Amino acid sequence: MKNAPLPDKPFRILPAVTDQNAHFWCGGKYDELCFLRCDVCATYVHPPAPVCPECLGRELSPEPVSGDARILTYTINHHPWIPGFEPPYVVAIVEIDEQPGLRLMTNIVGCSPDSVSIGMRVEAVFEDAGEDGIFIPLFQPHRDYAA
Amino acid sequence: MNIIGEKQAAITGIGQSAVGRRLGRDPLALTIDACLDAIEDAGLTREDIDGLSTYPGGSVPGAPGFTGAGITEVHDALRLNLNWFCGGMELPGQLGAVVNACAAVASGLATHVLCFRTVWESTAQGGGSRKGIGVGSGAGSGKFRARGATMEYTLPFGAASAAVWIAMYAMRHFHEYGTRREQLAQIALNARANAQLNPNAVYRDPMSMDDYMNARMISFPFCLFDCDAPVDGSTAIIVSRADAAADTRKTPLRVEAVGTALHGRPSWDQFDDLSTMALRDAAAMLWKRTDLKPKDVGVAELYDGFSFIALAWLEALGFCAVGEGGEFIEGGERIALDGEIPLNTQGGQLSGGRLHGFGMLHEACVQLWGEGGERQVRDPALPKVAVAAAGGGPLGGCMLLSSER
Repeated sequence: MKNAPLPDKPFRILPAVTDQNAHFWCGGKYDELCFLRCDVCATYVHPPAPVCPECLGRELSPEPVSGDARILTYTINHHPWIPGFEPPYVVAIVEIDEQPGLRLMTNIVGCSPDSVSIGMRVEAVFEDAGEDGIFIPLFQPHRDYAA
Repeated sequence: MNIIGEKQAAITGIGQSAVGRRLGRDPLALTIDACLDAIEDAGLTREDIDGLSTYPGGSVPGAPGFTGAGITEVHDALRLNLNWFCGGMELPGQLGAVVNACAAVASGLATHVLCFRTVWESTAQGGGSRKGIGVGSGAGSGKFRARGATMEYTLPFGAASAAVWIAMYAMRHFHEYGTRREQLAQIALNARANAQLNPNAVYRDPMSMDDYMNARMISFPFCLFDCDAPVDGSTAIIVSRADAAADTRKTPLRVEAVGTALHGRPSWDQFDDLSTMALRDAAAMLWKRTDLKPKDVGVAELYDGFSFIALAWLEALGFCAVGEGGEFIEGGERIALDGEIPLNTQGGQLSGGRLHGFGMLHEACVQLWGEGGERQVRDPALPKVAVAAAGGGPLGGCMLLSSER
């Protein structure tokens, strides 16, 4: 994972940071993609919840993952929904390596939209939002592709 | 004990206001037009109405024109005396409001329930390019913050429309089953062909495959013609208890079965199977509550907020196997007015206008009553069974209606 400045940073509608979600939205400051994980059965839980959906354990703690993932699906968006967030850009749902079903919606950056495909390996990279300590978790082609 | 309470319910009247682009009319006035039209259609008077149900209720912040009237406004404007009422949006799709009405009459809480849905997105959104969710009501100012799972985990990534979310479901379907844009096009082309026969549809000019393939891209694979058209308009449906329906003007349309299930996670990005969506569970539940089969259905009115959703409903409801939807609709013959399962006979929401689910149920009733004019399905007799379905993503509900006693 790399906390590097990205070119052409778009205007982003930012999330409301709370005690419950700060690990996810702010972990990028330390180059960490974090999810809640059950203290009892070690299931990752996302979005954050006060209960483990597997064992109903009530104690969950933030824990970093590798940031390596695979693209489940994506779209190349061409419509200007948000002033300042200029298309085209890629929106994707990625699955984190550590656990089947551990997913998030994100953008694929650092490559041409036309080079993105389902099943492609990606890795987390963070964009400093400059407000509220938020670092947006984005994904770029996995370092193995460059090797 | 297997209780199928919806069989105690029947649709006895339907109504619709003017439907159009930027009508500039008071949305409550549109609502009252539709409601009075439906009451008259059923041969009832407002004194007979003792239940009221709507989706999504009176106020949805950040979504201009998404709702035009709530329970309170209609209740008061018509001075109804209600025994039961319900409005909201945490439901199995837009038709959840009608299913609630079926449950109310089946349980004896009401006798004749007036159900309505009003949109005025065309006027409320004004001119210019379509904006993302929340943009214009704070989002985009820099101070706005996205809250709640749906907004919090989508808007920061510029995924500010269901167009983007559902495009990703379509991409997954394309990937798994080899579905192509030329196949998906048939949902839009079929809708436009039917709209040409419907004087109330908003887009009636002919559309060719070239028009479709060359249209402006919105979010791949969706072009402009894969996205429904915001309109102003209101639709009303009367749900009556079966024994009371005998006193109404028209042949009651029995509610044969409904489907409201959602067995996966209630989320646009966390639902387990990205290519089926919640439609999978709602449709499966519907067929468990009836002896009828897909082959018994004479006409299908399946939500096409985006073209792919109608394809997914065709699969979920068993008109073809999951994954074979693209091949099933290729060429368009099977879903045409004279095909094996006529689809979206009024032009759908793509060309008829985005009446948001209720328009699909309205058209199912039109077809069963033989009121479709030039677009009426005849084989050569009128269809006896219709399915109406609404919703996509984690929202889905469907209803099977029959004109047979």
